Formats: sequence, structure tokens, C-alpha cells
Amino acid sequence: MAKLFAITLVVIAIVSAIPILRHTWAAPEDISTHGALIDEQMSETMAEAGISFLAAQFILAFFVWKFSNPGPDAKIKRFPGGAKGLVIAALLVVGIEVMALGIFGVKAWANVYLTPPSADALPIQVQAGQFAFYFRYPGPDGKFGGLHPELINEGTQNIFGLDPEHDVAARDDIVTAELAIPVNKEVHLLMHSKDVGHSFFVRELRVQQDFVPGLDVSLHFTATKVGKYEIVCTQLCGLGHYNMKAYLEVMSQPDFDNWLKQQAGQ
Amino acid sequence: MRAKQLLLTVLVLLVCSSLMFAGTVSGRVTYTGTPVKAKPIDMSKEPSCAKQHATPVTTETVVTGPNNGLENVVVYISSGAPDDSQVPSQAVTFEQKGCQYIPHVLVMHTNQELKIVNDDQTSHNIHPLAKVNREWNKSQPPGTPPIVDKYEKPEFISVKCNVHPWMHGEFAVLTTNHYDVSKGGGDFKLPNLPPGKYTITAWHEDYGTQTADVTITGNETKEQNFTFKAKAY
Repeated sequence: MAKLFAITLVVIAIVSAIPILRHTWAAPEDISTHGALIDEQMSETMAEAGISFLAAQFILAFFVWKFSNPGPDAKIKRFPGGAKGLVIAALLVVGIEVMALGIFGVKAWANVYLTPPSADALPIQVQAGQFAFYFRYPGPDGKFGGLHPELINEGTQNIFGLDPEHDVAARDDIVTAELAIPVNKEVHLLMHSKDVGHSFFVRELRVQQDFVPGLDVSLHFTATKVGKYEIVCTQLCGLGHYNMKAYLEVMSQPDFDNWLKQQAGQ
Repeated sequence: MRAKQLLLTVLVLLVCSSLMFAGTVSGRVTYTGTPVKAKPIDMSKEPSCAKQHATPVTTETVVTGPNNGLENVVVYISSGAPDDSQVPSQAVTFEQKGCQYIPHVLVMHTNQELKIVNDDQTSHNIHPLAKVNREWNKSQPPGTPPIVDKYEKPEFISVKCNVHPWMHGEFAVLTTNHYDVSKGGGDFKLPNLPPGKYTITAWHEDYGTQTADVTITGNETKEQNFTFKAKAY
């Protein structure tokens, strides 16, 4: 029985490793300039965790096989150094593993969060609210009008709470339900939540950022491939969370300029 | 016998006369100035609704018609109507179709049955923002039976959908059955008004309320127009 258990352990470990090794569920193609480091980090983590997992399962199976059904005279074996030795060994092995991943990953993190956006990045404001994402472009004057939450009225499509009557900078702001950006140009997102926690996730961009109510979050990236990608909310925000999404359209610069002009005209 | 017949005849004549003498108030609701341009609504986050509209729908807070007509204005008798307590037995229906509320403004009598129907392939969560009546919101997946409810107190209630932020409508809960909603060139008509003194109120969700006093003496049609000042923003 014990030997059967040991065999089952090994089989399960190998079977679960096969789809990972074969990249059966590979991540979609990376279309960002910062994504390569993140993908590398993911692979390293998977490799380290995977090797540790297989090693642990095989060692467990080995011990179960070898030391099950001991005879009446068999002595109980102890881990060298006893419990103390075991704890120190675990701390060292797991600690080194986690530290290594952390140190290697710092560069990927710093690349996204600790470098400031370039001065000519395209600023776009993002408002997440139950249950849609809306985007605001500054318009020809290059300035965002002020936000007045008490003026928010979705029925008249005043999503951001702009006051064009008294605020000149707000008059040419362009509000859209779709995030269109030019390809190969850095984009600077200024993100806030209208109500509860949300999250902005685009798989292909390797971007996932939480909206924390009350915080203004800054994020920048550059998309490298034209196409239409899904933005999904990945922070449970209420009964419509399953349906909360928008589309990211990466376009050539001329297409983007046309699109923006068309949106402004409406 | 004679006295009874005489009494009966007099009674019939009196009733008939009050029925025969039923006037009408009709007119147009118009606006002055330049209203905000209707903005298109982007429904791309809900493809099943977006594809139902060949061109995007526009906001319905201010809907204008030919000759400066203003639509969706609720015109009703706010005082003087004799049969106000009668609650119609048939229900009014509010439809969710193409991720829009149809009609944009729905009028009902207090305690009249309200039926809310979901004709879309997506779930809606209707949320009438009542302040005098009880405020509630209800989820309605596709293919589920209509929501049935009623409002006990008169109120103008803004209606939104908790899932689709662009959906917006209005409930007008009145204590009268003499009402109309202006359409086309802003036309409205209030028929079947027995002789008497009436106050007519015109309500628009953004431009406010106006009243006028009208007296009906027989079966004439009295003209009463309303003009609202449009808001530029």
C-alpha cells in the first residue's frame, strides 16, 4: 500500500510538470518594452519552484518506499541535527530560494515602478468605476480640466465630473470608453478609482495595476505591436465585476491622430 | 311614478352634460437658447448591446424636435382633476433593450403596477434612485421574468443601471391620470377634462418645472404652451 502511494506521488508530480515543461498554456505574446524582464522573472520562478517541487515529491516518495513497513527491530531514523537542524536547513534552502528570486526580480520591478515616465510620454487619465473603465485625453490645449466628483452624471456622459461651463481647460478634454494609444510611444497613465477597488490588467502588455480608492496611481509603458487587446478588471469590485472590461487599441500614429480627432468632434 | 321618472331624467341629463362637456388642454413645449449637443454613447464594453445599434445611440437627457420642440417633458394636471384617486388596473412597462431604457421617461400613477422587462442578452441591475419612496435595486439576468413593483408616493425618480453606467431613465410617479409626455415637435394633449379650474405642470429632468393655470368651461380646446431655457452645459 505504501509503495503504491509512493508510485502515485511520483506519477502525479511528473504528470503535473509535463504541461509546464511543454509550455501548454503559454502566456500570449509580449507587446511591451518592459515585458521581457517580467517574463524572464516568471520563468525563473517557475523553474526554481518546479525543481524544488519535484525534488520534494521524489524525496518524499523515496522515503515512503524505503522506510514503510519497518520490521519490529527497525530503529527510528532521525534527521541529522534533530529538529533544530531541520529548521535551520529549511530556513536556508527556502530563504536562499526566495531571496534569489527577489534579487533577480528587483530589476523588473524597478524598470516599471522606479523609473519616471519620459517627458514626452502621452498622458491619459483612467477612471475605474463600477463597472466600466473610462479614459480622458487632455485635448489640443494639453491640459486636463479639474475633476469635480459632485458633477459626475453618467446619464449625460459627464463621467469624470468636468465643469466645462466654468473651467476652460476642461472644454477640449476628450473622454472615451476605449483606450487607444499610438504604437511605440510611451504612454503615461494617471489612474484613480471613482468608488471601490479595481484593477487594470492587460495580459499582452504585462501590466496589472490596482486602483486603490483615494490614491492617484501613475503607470507608464510602451506598446510595440498594433492590435486590439482586452483590459479586464482583476480586483473583485461588486456584482458587475465579471462584466467589467474595456478594449486597448494600439494604432499607428496617423491612425491614432485620426481617431482622436474623431472622438473630439463628438 | 312620474316624479321618479322626472328625477331619473334630470339625473341622466346632469351626468350626460358633465360627460358631454369635456375640454382639452393642448400645446407645445419648446426651448430657447442652444441646448448641449447630444453625446454618443460608447457601448463597446457590452458587445451584445453595441451590435444592436448601427450608429451609436446618443444621450437622452435633452431631446429636441423640429421647431425648437422639447421632448420627454411630463405635462400633467397638478391640481383640480376630479378623478385623481383612481389607480389604473393595467401595468406600465419599462423595457431594457439594447442597453437603453425604453421609454426614457415613464409616467405612472401611485400604486399602479410597474413591470420591468429585460430584453437583452446581458444581466442588468436596475436602480431607481428614489428619495421619498423606498430605494431599491434588483439584478435581472437575461430570460428571467419581469420585475413587478409599485410606488406609493408621488415622486420624480432618476433610474440608473448598476452594471451599465450610461443607462439612464426617469420615473414620474403622479397622483393623476391626466398626463402626457411631449413628443415630436414638443406636442402634448390633455383630453377629457370636465369644466373647472386646473393647474398644469410641465416637468423636464434637466430644465426644471413650470406651471400654468387653465380654466375649462365646456368642451373647448385651450392652448397652453411652455418654454424652457436651454442650458449650454
